[in-house]
Amino acid sequence: MAVRVQAEDFDVGKELSALTGDNHAIGGLAVFVGLVRDLAGGSEISAMTLEHYPAMTEKMLAEIEAEAQSRWPLEASLIIHRFGRLEPGDQIVMVAAASAHRQAAFEACEFLMDWLKTKAPFWKLEETEQGAQWVDARDSDDTAAARWVKKNPDAAE
Amino acid sequence: MKLLYFAWLKTKTGMAEEDVTPPEGVATVGALLDWLEGRGANFADALSDRGAIRVAVNQTYAKPGDPVGPNDEVALFPPVTGG
Repeated sequence: MAVRVQAEDFDVGKELSALTGDNHAIGGLAVFVGLVRDLAGGSEISAMTLEHYPAMTEKMLAEIEAEAQSRWPLEASLIIHRFGRLEPGDQIVMVAAASAHRQAAFEACEFLMDWLKTKAPFWKLEETEQGAQWVDARDSDDTAAARWVKKNPDAAE
Repeated sequence: MKLLYFAWLKTKTGMAEEDVTPPEGVATVGALLDWLEGRGANFADALSDRGAIRVAVNQTYAKPGDPVGPNDEVALFPPVTGG
């Protein structure tokens, strides 16, 4: 159960080994790694800078991880998100979820990414030939996150 | 009250953070945005599309009707684009 926000790169293999350790209750481990692409909306990207709100970022990521823990029987989980200037091919984000069986691991991994993308306070500034541009949020990310909203007929809202 | 601006809200307002003392009666997130919008052309421009602005009070997402006070840290930013 860990959340890290850092400028430095990370080694996925080492992180996964450290995460599962000698916990032999883990039968399934799902991982997602996000990379910087060299194209967005038809423009070539030479680099991007990820800005974030440090005081809020770790708090939100910890909340997102706690929510995943409450929904699935996870043995271990990890969120690493980088900030600062990154170039195409660089790793931006890694989430991992481990459970006794694959379904919980797959679902929790997807949930962690979907909620992170719509809740964690990061913003991408892309460097293109037309200059630096802030990336717009995508409706498809909201749609992806909405799949995980619990339907509660007694909710006050 | 401490205000923080991120991404294009920082670019448009021309500042990353500031301390402000809004008039008495500015007690909600919505009222704070209304007051900020009247502080000059750059703020009017930055805050013109309310649907594109997210607000966090003390690092927690807030809605227009939520309270704000002198000791709060209020952050204004566009929808997030991490991951």
